[in-house]
Amino acid sequence: MKTVYNRPKSLKKRVFHYCPGCGHSIAHRLICEVIDEMGIQDKTVGIPPPGCAVFAYHYFDVDMAESAHGRGAAVGTGLKRANPEAIVFTYQGDGDLAAIGTAETIHAANRGEKLTAIFINNAVYGMTGGQMAPTTLSQMVTTTTPYGRDEKLEGYPIRISEMIALTKGAVYIERVAVNSPAHIIKAKKAIRKAFQVQVDGLGYALVEILSPCPTNWKMTPVESWKWVDEVMSKEFPLGVIKDTTGAKNVD
Amino acid sequence: MSGNAAIGEAAIRAGCQCYFGYPITPQNELTEYMAQNLSRRKGCTFIQAESEISAINMVYGASVAGVRAMTSSSSPGISLKQEGISYLAACELPAVIVNMSRGGPGLGSISAAQSDYYQSTRGGGHGDYRTIVLAPSSVQELADFTHRAFELSDQYLVPVIILGDGMIGQMMEPVEFKHEAPAELPIRERALRGAKGRNSRIIKTFTSNPAELEEINWSLFRRYQLIEKEETTSESYLTEDAKLILVAFGIGARIAKGAIKTARANGMKVGLFRPITLWPFPTKKLQELAKTTKFFLDFEMNMGQMVDDVHLALGDKANISFYGRPGGVIATPAEVLRVITRLYHQKGLDTKK
Repeated sequence: MKTVYNRPKSLKKRVFHYCPGCGHSIAHRLICEVIDEMGIQDKTVGIPPPGCAVFAYHYFDVDMAESAHGRGAAVGTGLKRANPEAIVFTYQGDGDLAAIGTAETIHAANRGEKLTAIFINNAVYGMTGGQMAPTTLSQMVTTTTPYGRDEKLEGYPIRISEMIALTKGAVYIERVAVNSPAHIIKAKKAIRKAFQVQVDGLGYALVEILSPCPTNWKMTPVESWKWVDEVMSKEFPLGVIKDTTGAKNVD
Repeated sequence: MSGNAAIGEAAIRAGCQCYFGYPITPQNELTEYMAQNLSRRKGCTFIQAESEISAINMVYGASVAGVRAMTSSSSPGISLKQEGISYLAACELPAVIVNMSRGGPGLGSISAAQSDYYQSTRGGGHGDYRTIVLAPSSVQELADFTHRAFELSDQYLVPVIILGDGMIGQMMEPVEFKHEAPAELPIRERALRGAKGRNSRIIKTFTSNPAELEEINWSLFRRYQLIEKEETTSESYLTEDAKLILVAFGIGARIAKGAIKTARANGMKVGLFRPITLWPFPTKKLQELAKTTKFFLDFEMNMGQMVDDVHLALGDKANISFYGRPGGVIATPAEVLRVITRLYHQKGLDTKK
């Protein structure tokens, strides 16, 4: 008999606290599978954010250091520069990476810091109860956009990954989703590549993951998974946004 | 050598491996010194960060990785760093933070001031924590205290603040470096560098259990008590026979010393008490002095911040006066001498035996 499915070694034996249908647990597992496959568990250091994933350190069986809200890229910079042999990844939400941590993120990318950023985009602030995020879609109702996000008053959903891609130090940016088996397989490939970019010392890599948040979207898990395809990925198109890893010597 | 450059050299010799800065006057010479002398050094890192907030968080990351790390700024920039300093304190991570303070509040001025005493000695950021605060008053002390700051920070696992000012940072004085940089840069034991050959570790502050957080705070508090017991330092100058003792720190103490020398030459028995650690404040030493001297004059380049600690130490056991110049105005020794002379007469110290 052949084992086709098992708990990754770098995923602790612990029950996830995430809501049913949430994308975090899938993203966690994919990262752990990649860490196992690449054999980097004993040199990986993860930086979890405040928010729903604040307890990520209870799940990843690697060294983990909590960061202040939005500062993951700066903390990662300090960690990686102080110990270049480590494989450092940040795990950040949309409020963290695309609002309060915009400066840290853009400049870490622009310096070409050898970091892997896993960016969870669920279009809301989850842990605090579903407020408007920078990635909240137009007309979307949240607790702080009770009349729907009005572009004239609250601005537009921000495509931060495309902005980061404009920096020369960012070498690999891809947007994926975890709302179907096909998308999950693609997401894993992207995460694997984003770690490989760091192992190869090429520069900053980021994988944006469109991640369902049924609780705050006020949907069932199935509805939320559909919503990612039918609505969210129209604003945030899936696919490779930037890849200069193959052309690293051309510049 | 300028005071700012002396800190840089002393830091490198203390084994500082990572420096993260952001330009702000009057401390730029330190950032530039590190760019010149640390950035290409083997195993070392210099980054001009995108903000003071990023710089302190880079320090946090480097400290997590177990190396000696430093950042520097001046008052408005130190305000921005408070978030990171609070996290460093909570996570028991060593770090050295230099504040070459300037006049405030707000953008203020670039002139030397001592108005960050409260911010430095009361934690500064959110939460119930302290940082060790060293207040040098010469370029030599800047060098010596930089070394001491790294040692204390590593020993007690608390952030240490060197509280200077725009004047001491810019002034040039001869300086002797008493320490050599270690050939092998040390890595702290609790560092997170990947869980090779051991279980994975977590450095965190958050807990959803108030009892657990209380225990963390108790642990910090006990360490602060130990620091108060072991590391409180001060200087007493001509206090043995003094009828009036000035209390001043940093550059203020240096100005006061000039005034005291002239006062002595004029026949007034005046001395100086200079707290070197602002936190922990040298309460006991000051109380000892109050057994023989009843009159104290607190002088600061602010409108009275350290004087609160003097009052807390002495209560009604002494007569405490205050003189201050806020906003980055630098008082002259002649001006302080006038205050001393007036007070000396007012209190009848020139007639008492």
